[in-house]
Amino acid sequence: MSGLIIDRARCVGCGRCISACPAGALVLEEGTALVDRGLCTLCARCVDSCPVGAIAVERGSAGAADGWRGVWVFAQQEGGRPLPVALELLSRGRQLADALGEPLCAVAAGGGEGLTRPLLEQGADLVYLCPALSGDHRAEPAWPELLARLTAEHRPAVLLFGATPFGRSLAPRLAARLGTGLTADCTELDIDPDSRCLLQTRPAFGGNLMATIVCPDHRPQMATVRPGVLPVSPPCPRPGARVVRVEPPALPAPLTRVLGEWTADPSAAGLAGAEVIVTVGRGIGVRKNLALARRLAGLLGARLGCSRPLVEAGWLPYDHQVGQTGVSVAPKLLLAFGVSGAVQHLAGIAGAEHIIAVNTDPEAPIFSVAHEAVVGDCVEILREMIGILEEKTK
Amino acid sequence: MRIAVCLKQVPSTNEVRLDPETHTILRDGRQSVVNPFDAHALEEAVRLKESLGGHVTAISMGIPAAETLLRDAVARGADEGVLLTDRAFAGADTLATSYTLAAGLRKAGPFDLILCGKMAVDGDTAQIGPELAQQLGLPHLTEVCEITPVGEGRARVRRLTQRGGQEVEVTLPAVLTLVREINTPRMPTLAGVRRGEAASIVRWGLAELGVDESRCGLKGSPTQVVRTFVPVRARETAFLSGDARSQAEQLLKIAGEVLA
Repeated sequence: MSGLIIDRARCVGCGRCISACPAGALVLEEGTALVDRGLCTLCARCVDSCPVGAIAVERGSAGAADGWRGVWVFAQQEGGRPLPVALELLSRGRQLADALGEPLCAVAAGGGEGLTRPLLEQGADLVYLCPALSGDHRAEPAWPELLARLTAEHRPAVLLFGATPFGRSLAPRLAARLGTGLTADCTELDIDPDSRCLLQTRPAFGGNLMATIVCPDHRPQMATVRPGVLPVSPPCPRPGARVVRVEPPALPAPLTRVLGEWTADPSAAGLAGAEVIVTVGRGIGVRKNLALARRLAGLLGARLGCSRPLVEAGWLPYDHQVGQTGVSVAPKLLLAFGVSGAVQHLAGIAGAEHIIAVNTDPEAPIFSVAHEAVVGDCVEILREMIGILEEKTK
Repeated sequence: MRIAVCLKQVPSTNEVRLDPETHTILRDGRQSVVNPFDAHALEEAVRLKESLGGHVTAISMGIPAAETLLRDAVARGADEGVLLTDRAFAGADTLATSYTLAAGLRKAGPFDLILCGKMAVDGDTAQIGPELAQQLGLPHLTEVCEITPVGEGRARVRRLTQRGGQEVEVTLPAVLTLVREINTPRMPTLAGVRRGEAASIVRWGLAELGVDESRCGLKGSPTQVVRTFVPVRARETAFLSGDARSQAEQLLKIAGEVLA
C-alpha cells in the first residue's frame, strides 16, 4: 500500500519536513515527525527536505487492491459544461462500477448547475466539486495536487480521464506521483470478472494490433480514453446522488503562469472536432486537383484533410495530416479520395462513424474499413459529385 | 543554457515483432530510426544553443544498438550522447521508463531545459514527458510550438490547446514536450557526421545510475499487456457499380442519409 514512512529512530526532529509539506500533514510529536496519512498527498517534498534520510514513500505492492473502491471520472469542463468525453466516461464508468458493485464518482471544478446536473444525470453517485478551481487547462498545476489528495483520502480503484490534451498532460503527471500504471488513449474498458481488474484496450503499433493492458498490483488503475469512441447511455440518475464540495489545494508558488490565450484561426484545418471530413491522398494525381477536393468540402460543409504523402510533398500544411502522427479524427462521415490507407492513416480515422472511399486500386487497404467504396478515378468522381451538388444549388 | 533532449529509437515500420510471453516489443535494432517527434526536439535544442550558447546532451534509454541514434544526434548538433542501457531496463512501461530516464538526467545534469517529442510513434502514449517532469519534481508543458527564453531562469512558451493556444511563462528548469510544427529538422553536415562517428557515447547501466532495480524494466512496470489481438474488421464494404455519374449520385445519397 502506498504511504509515507517515517523512520522515527533516524529522525532528529529538525522540522524541515514540516515547513516543506504543502498539505500540513506533518507535525512534531515527542521530538520526531509524525504524518497524518489523511492529509498526506505523497508529494514527497518532505523526502527531499530530510537531511538524515528518515522519510520514504512506500509504493504499492502485492495485495495493493485491498481497500481501494469505486470508479472515478475526471469530468473536464469547458464554459461551465462537461465535455462530451466526461459523459462518455461516466456512461462506461457506470457499467464498470455496477460490475464491481462499487460507487461511481465524478471529480469536477468550477461549475454550478450546468456542470453538476449532467454528471448526476449520467449516473454519478457522488460528484466531488471544487468550485474555487477552474476545470480546464488554466488550472493545470493545481489539478495533480487536488487529485492526489482526494485519491489518498478516498482510495478509488479506477481513475479515468478523457484523452484530451489536458487529460493527457494531467493523468501521467498524477500517475507518476502516485507510482501507479497508466494506459494511454484506450478505446475499450471492461472489468475482468475473476480478478476484478480493469481491462484497458487500446490500439497499438499504428492500429495493426489491439492490446489489452491490466494494472494488477497498483492502485488506482488509471487510463485515458479517446474521446468520441465510447457511447453515451440514456440518463440514469441515481437515488441519493449528491455533490460534495472540496477545498482547492494549497499550492506553492506557481512555476507556470498563463500570459494569454488565443483561439484557433477558423481557417486552420479544425479536423479534430469536424462532423464531415473530405480527405485526399496521392491518388488525386496533381496538385491542382486539390481545388476539386476543396470545392466538394465547401459544398458538403466538410473540413479538408489528407494523408501524409501530400504533407511531405508540401501540397498541404501539417495540420491537415490525418493519421497516427497527425490528427486523429472522429467525424460522422469521412469521404476519402485517392487515399490508399496506410496503417498509420487508418489508425487516425478509426473513430470515424461512416467511411466512403474512392480509389483506383481494388486492393487498397482503405477499402477494408470503408462502408461504401467506388473502385475508380477519384478525380472523375469528385467532378461528378461537385457537378450534381452545383446543379442542385442553382 | 544546458539542454537535454530525450530520444527514442523506434522501428522504422509498423511490422514489429512481439515477445510471445510478455507482449512487449522485441527490439533488435534492425531498421530502427529516431522517433520523428524527437528529431524536432533535438533540432529545437540545437537552435537554442546556436542563438544563446550552451550545451546539448542527447539521452536515450535503449538497447546497445541505440548508440547509433546518439551518434546521429551529435552529427546534427548535440554535444554529447548518453545511453542508458542494461538488461534490467528492458520491457519498461512509461512509469519505469520515466524513473530510469530521470535518474540518467539527474546524473548527467543539471539542465535548464529538458525537451522531448510529444510522443513516440511506436507506443503513442505521450506520457513520458509529464511522468518525467513529476519524477524530477519540475514543471512541465505539453504541445509546445514555440520556446523563447527570456532570462532570469524563465522561458516564454507557446503551446497548442483544444481551443487554440496559450502563451505561458515557465520557471526553468522545466520539461517541455514539442509538437512537430515547431521547426524543420536539419540534415547532418559532413563535418557533423565525422563528429558523430568520433564521439564517445557515455553508457550507464543499473550500477552506474544507482537506481532501484525493482523500479526498472518489466519488474518496475505496473502495467502489463495481457493480450494482443488483430482488430476485427467485420465491416462489409459495399462496392458501388454503375458509371461515374451514377456512382457519384449514390455516394451523395448515402452521405445525405448518414448526415440526416
